[in-house]
Amino acid sequence: MHPRDLLTEAVAGLLARPVRSALTTLGTVLGITTLVVTLGIAATAGNQIVGRFDELTATSVTVEVPEHPFPLVDWADVGRVTRLRGVVSAVALAESEQSANLSVRSNDIVDPARVTDQTLTVVSSGPGLPAAVKGRMIEGRYFDAGHIARGDKVVVLGRQAARLLGITGLARAPAVFIGTQAYTVIGVLGDPQREKSLAGAVMMPPTAGKRYGLDIVTRVLVNTGLGAAELIAGQAPSALSPGHEAILQVSSPASPTRARDAVEGDVNALFLILGLVSLVVGAVGIANVTLVTVMERTAEIGLRRALGAARRHIAAQFLLESTLTGLTGGVIGASGGIAVIVAVCAAKQWTPVMDVRLAVAAPVAGAVVGLLAGLYPALRAARMEPVNALR
Amino acid sequence: MPEPVILLTDLTKEFPGDPPVRALSAINLRVEKSDYVAVVGPSGSGKSTLLNTLGLLDRPTSGGYRLDGIETGTLKDGARTTIRGSRIGFVFQSFHLLPHRSVLENVMLAEVYGAAPRAGRKDRALRALRRVRLEHRVTFLPGSLSGGERQRAAIARALLADPSLLLCDEPTGNLDSRSTDAVLDLFDDLRAQGMTIVVITHESDVSDRAARRVRITDGVLTEE
Repeated sequence: MHPRDLLTEAVAGLLARPVRSALTTLGTVLGITTLVVTLGIAATAGNQIVGRFDELTATSVTVEVPEHPFPLVDWADVGRVTRLRGVVSAVALAESEQSANLSVRSNDIVDPARVTDQTLTVVSSGPGLPAAVKGRMIEGRYFDAGHIARGDKVVVLGRQAARLLGITGLARAPAVFIGTQAYTVIGVLGDPQREKSLAGAVMMPPTAGKRYGLDIVTRVLVNTGLGAAELIAGQAPSALSPGHEAILQVSSPASPTRARDAVEGDVNALFLILGLVSLVVGAVGIANVTLVTVMERTAEIGLRRALGAARRHIAAQFLLESTLTGLTGGVIGASGGIAVIVAVCAAKQWTPVMDVRLAVAAPVAGAVVGLLAGLYPALRAARMEPVNALR
Repeated sequence: MPEPVILLTDLTKEFPGDPPVRALSAINLRVEKSDYVAVVGPSGSGKSTLLNTLGLLDRPTSGGYRLDGIETGTLKDGARTTIRGSRIGFVFQSFHLLPHRSVLENVMLAEVYGAAPRAGRKDRALRALRRVRLEHRVTFLPGSLSGGERQRAAIARALLADPSLLLCDEPTGNLDSRSTDAVLDLFDDLRAQGMTIVVITHESDVSDRAARRVRITDGVLTEE
């Protein structure tokens, strides 16, 4: 039997019952669509997350300085980190248990009718904090080396802290009071992308914060260029505290590749199961309908046997019919899946990312499903005795 | 002396059961080339079993069956299938035309499984349709044909592989008298062209047109 004849007969067999063939194909379409959408959205979402990692997290390195009998990192040591190749900005911070919940008020008048105190976190930092937390001064300025050297009693408020304290402008040089100490507010920090908690904090020079235990560096925030984070994470401890680098704890972002793989893995594991279940349902549908078709076409099988068709010809025709059903479902499913991915990406303004091999593999998977589903019905058809089939 | 087209020697067919059913009992039959033989008998006499055996659709329990000089009893399934496709043309009472294929495609189906080349298949099918005077219906679906036309299409399909034996199972059973006459006229023409025809029938007007008549009763064949 010529292969073209086999194909012609199989296609004619499918087209003889177009509605049934279309409905049979639907199971595979749904399965393949689910698989393609799952894999495509997972890849796209993974890429999207990696993009965000690149923008912020992937360039952020934090060095935690644990408590130690003597200060492990001096405020001036940050300068050595800044000089490392790949470092964009760095700043040292000091936080203490004592300063975590300090009562801060914006005037020195005790008014029993009003709540004038706010419990805020007070931190001290080096002068480069706005750049290091990727924020901006929405009013005034941040304190500088001069303020620190002189021990000026100045503070910078986070935007939220300023709002809580009722400080709306700096024109009249407002002050805040921590305990009995007055501090001049010289700036308001807004929109920190990193260390967002600083929006509700009070920042002061380490020399002024000594009384709150804020003179010892507890953390160093480092911003790096893209791709330099892992390298800097390895070098920063040595630069900050030579000889004690093992004591410092560095947290650097997960590698973008690892992050993407993790995201893809999580999404894939969930939806791949769904897709595979759909495929199995599709395969059962094909097997069921093909089996019914075989029974209905008993007389046709008998005729073909009478015309000289061997058992293998009958088996091949039914196998090809179920394979073509699966292949058609695969092609439609892959196309539908890609369309869904593109639509989702268009709605979310994402860049669609998909392995091009998926566009080929999906129809092949559909065909394999059809082939496997058609095995038993084809075997049944081939085993029919012509004399019984023609009866 | 040339080999007969059909040579049955003590051919017996039993169906298993308790007791076994003997459908054909020690049948001897010789059919020469260009013979036109009618096998008659009542329902259940063994006519269909005989046709199935002659068409290599079923195997005898014992005895010999030589077709065109080939002993078929020892042949394997594949070889029997090949002979069936190349040397035997079947005509059924219910036509067995594929309803969704055109008349031409139905006729061409007879060469799909054989060794004949694809090239020229359409021309050969058209020639077969001309032979049964159905060339004006090549693109029609079987459902749009009359009963007689459907049977002529089925005969054209049976003739396409140029078989040495035309086996007809109640070929006029579903036809009116006019269509019956047309089909029987066609058999006369085919016989005149050298075709060997065996017709299974219980209709006397069909068997009367055959050159030779054999009767089968309870599995026993007798010449009339």
